[in-house]
Amino acid sequence: MSGYSPHTPADVEAMLGTIGAASIDDLFARVPASLRARAALSLGPGLSEPELRQQLEALAARNTGALTPAVFLGAGAYAHWIPAVVDQILLRSEFATAYTPYQPEVSQGTLQAMFEFQTFSALLLGLDVANASMYDGASATAEAVLMARRVLPGRRTVWLSRALHPHYRATVATYVSGLGDLELRELPFAADGRTDLASLQTLGGDALCVVLGYPNVFGVLDDVAGAARLARAAGALTITATAEPLALAWARSPGASGADIAVAEGQSFGLPVSYGGPGVGLFAARETHIRSMPGRIVGETVDTQGRRGYVLTLATREQHIRRERATSNICTNQGLCALAVTVYLSLLGRHGLRRLAEVNAAAAHDAAARLAAAGVSRLLAGPFFNEFVVRAPEGVASWEALAADGVVVGFPLRRWYPELDEALLICVTERHGAEDVDRLVDALAPAKARTRAVRG
Amino acid sequence: MMEFPEDLRYTKAHEWLRRKGTEAVIGITDFAQDALGDVVFVELPAVGTQLTQGQTFGVVESNKTVSDLFAPVSGRVLAVNQVLRDEPERVNEDPYGAGWMIRVAPSRSEEIETLLDAAAYRAFVASEQKT
Amino acid sequence: MLLDEPLIFERGSPGRMGWMLPAAPASIELPRELRREDDLVGMPEVSELEVVRHFVRLSQWNYSAATTLYPLGSCTMKYNPVVHEALVRLPGFSALHPLVPDELAQGALDLLAQLEEALRAVSGLDAVCLQPAAGAHGELLGMLLVRAYHRDRSDARRRRVLIPSSAHGTNAATSTLAGYEVREVPVDQRGLLSARAVAAVMDDSVAALMVTNPNTLGLFEEEIEAVAALVHERGGLVYMDGANQNAILGVARAGDMGVDIVHFNLHKTFSTPHGGGGPGAGPVAVRAALGAYLPIPRLVRRGAQLAWSEDAPKSIGRLHAFDGNFGVLVRAVAYILRLGGPGLTEATRHAVLNANYVRARLRGTYHLPYETPSLHECVFSDRDLQEHGVHTVDVAKRLLDYGFYAPTIYFPLVVKGALMIEPTETETKETLDAFVDALLRIAEEARTQPTLVREAPHRTRLARLDETRAARRPVLRWRPPPRETAEIS
Repeated sequence: MSGYSPHTPADVEAMLGTIGAASIDDLFARVPASLRARAALSLGPGLSEPELRQQLEALAARNTGALTPAVFLGAGAYAHWIPAVVDQILLRSEFATAYTPYQPEVSQGTLQAMFEFQTFSALLLGLDVANASMYDGASATAEAVLMARRVLPGRRTVWLSRALHPHYRATVATYVSGLGDLELRELPFAADGRTDLASLQTLGGDALCVVLGYPNVFGVLDDVAGAARLARAAGALTITATAEPLALAWARSPGASGADIAVAEGQSFGLPVSYGGPGVGLFAARETHIRSMPGRIVGETVDTQGRRGYVLTLATREQHIRRERATSNICTNQGLCALAVTVYLSLLGRHGLRRLAEVNAAAAHDAAARLAAAGVSRLLAGPFFNEFVVRAPEGVASWEALAADGVVVGFPLRRWYPELDEALLICVTERHGAEDVDRLVDALAPAKARTRAVRG
Repeated sequence: MMEFPEDLRYTKAHEWLRRKGTEAVIGITDFAQDALGDVVFVELPAVGTQLTQGQTFGVVESNKTVSDLFAPVSGRVLAVNQVLRDEPERVNEDPYGAGWMIRVAPSRSEEIETLLDAAAYRAFVASEQKT
Repeated sequence: MLLDEPLIFERGSPGRMGWMLPAAPASIELPRELRREDDLVGMPEVSELEVVRHFVRLSQWNYSAATTLYPLGSCTMKYNPVVHEALVRLPGFSALHPLVPDELAQGALDLLAQLEEALRAVSGLDAVCLQPAAGAHGELLGMLLVRAYHRDRSDARRRRVLIPSSAHGTNAATSTLAGYEVREVPVDQRGLLSARAVAAVMDDSVAALMVTNPNTLGLFEEEIEAVAALVHERGGLVYMDGANQNAILGVARAGDMGVDIVHFNLHKTFSTPHGGGGPGAGPVAVRAALGAYLPIPRLVRRGAQLAWSEDAPKSIGRLHAFDGNFGVLVRAVAYILRLGGPGLTEATRHAVLNANYVRARLRGTYHLPYETPSLHECVFSDRDLQEHGVHTVDVAKRLLDYGFYAPTIYFPLVVKGALMIEPTETETKETLDAFVDALLRIAEEARTQPTLVREAPHRTRLARLDETRAARRPVLRWRPPPRETAEIS
């Protein structure tokens, strides 16, 4: 037997006897024979565990990008050190192999952890309430726009910053495409990489919401407070989407800046980049809008003996009860990933988080200064956290060639922004040592400029 | 034993209506609150909203289910029961009193005559329970 | 012995630190209006051991599939092979950034290509998209494909989706999100969607039929081919909710049934851990005619290399920041490789054997509302217990005392007081016998000591929880004590 079915032939015979069937085939008698005849699986013969390991290890070994020492990629996925404790907890089967806590009396571990996750989300995003997580930052952004549509029915115009991560913008566009009643408009970005808020001066009663990246895709901290003032004046909501939530341990929280709904991708907090997933969406809002929120929500209560416990609550918003009028079609959350975030933030805590953010900011600013000294200057000058944009100097080898050489010098923005033809988006975190930054400077700086910098 | 006061009019959607001079007070019946179970949230329209008979004017939620509220008569909403926002349990405890939902100024008083009286509603509930 | 444990925010002491890096060499100051406003007051100040102990204690309050039989119908809580956890943590997978040049990610792309190929084989369909992060996400993709298909043919009449009354609630929610009205089609006395019922409502306004097969009663939709033909005849598409495919691997393929679009729940059928509610993965397979509308980026072959391509002008766009829940996809590939065709077919056969065994042993004691032979799950009701004042929820709670998780309850909606049991193929006969014996004893208790059942559970850490209170006065987070917040404002 190649699988995990435990039955011996004697077991099967005994069970068929109880059922009153002559064979397992008989149990499928109601499936039309025409279908059964064509359904044989053209897949492999099955493997032993050692064979499986060898095959997967061989595939993993062909991902040379993972083994490259100096990768300066961020742009929505961030490689930070992950404390060993996080993974140890994720491997506990009691968390990993449970499901949505329908029976709260035997799911208090998951439920209390999700209540803690909601608290972390609300604290970090600076808002009143949060849900138990969404699929990722991009889908959370789309869900935030749909939530705004429920809060302010009849308003049609969604203003998306062009400096919001393009994958997030694309996801919003896909999510609203079926509804047909929302119009997406774009706010351009200014020369410093911040969103140009001029169009918001004349917002009409048709404006539903303004969506900003914070930090935005260029790593730049947008003027959320300014945007929120203008949005509020027009009766519209402000939504922020944060792809690198560590920034929020250092920069003003979305809520304190005036955001009504704030979402974030939680991958930075204890999850590996894992080729882009799974991540986890953080989602927070103001208390007054709680019943318009999507997703699972955990609430505190007591048992029949008066002891504190936690349950899924406000379930009438959800698809299994409200069906076609649910706030979202989402059924679960991103449970185990939300647990990783909860363990990570517990461990780093108030002081560790703050320090880690400072280390990131310092490392990135130092790298930017060294590149500037070597003649590679910043292209967008707005305030930044751990990511910044430079103009790739002429005469530098191609991105792919440098990558093959072992240094991925950031992300070439022309793929997403034709107008930023020569721009490189560089992310520097606590994982990058001085030698890594040396390699970055070596790869990018024109030889003459580098020499000058070293001498002087 | 369920109560269906004689002085009220009823709908097959299990709302009741009480005439008060030129105004009408509206809520859900004892049968409705019992069928819903513990009411946890009531969503009501803004004061000033114009309702048409049969139109949805709000939502009542219990732990396990959501139910629309249908206007028994056309008219303008004069007041909503603000207490229900914080104490939805009033709907269970006192459906015909403290659990009232909206007060309206009916625009077509003849509609009231189309509603069931207590006896007819009691018979309707009995037939519902049989199925 | 289950120990008490406060919230992590209620532990610790000011100034205590868990996991620390060296301080930054230099401090970068932001302008005041951009600076974090509260110095992170409220975030925990705890030691590493406090954190470890906290979460280990919490974990001990959960039942899980690794702890006990977890017979949640429609969720396929089978064994999640431990080796997959080691494989997904290989640095070649876990440390791979999604934006590295394709040349440096050939192993990952190869793995994804293998999964696409396997899902094509299982579904009998032509093209696969791995991007959706869950079943409901796959549904949304599927219904947006329906929309794109009709729009591309300038067919503006289609505004409606047909959904059987036995469907998952998410089918209706998804249809609305995709901009469609929902029309419910009643299932017949067999519990099945009949071609007659579909014919009665099928017209040019119908964009698609969404059907779960096997359905939520665990029944194979015997008339699916005729139903699909009817829908196609009037220009509609057939979407299959593939949540229950654990019952038909090697037995029936969606494509052969006439289905145009199907989603998989890899966390169900292909055994990736449910994680307390995710992450999952909900890939979608479609007929060739719909391939052009699939999300970007698409995996393509360029000579000997695999690459991502965004060259798809008719694509519906994107549903996820990157390319889906890669870590989940790795586990599913491992499962498919490990079992192969024979192992997957055997998994299905034994899943159906186990469910029928449970059904055979329970019928006669519990009311079976639909007599039609079922596949991987069976649905009973509480009809015969009600005279004792015992309901489905009480049976579920009492099962916890016997050391089992509860079945799915009060679903599907076509059964009043439903108990939906899906044992899966990885349970032994002895475990199934113990589970059935517990349910038989509970039925006996309902007659002889109904209060014991109504007040269950008795052996769990907490007794029954007050869900009404939670919903009436929502407390959805911990808040810092007021004094501390006052200091910073």
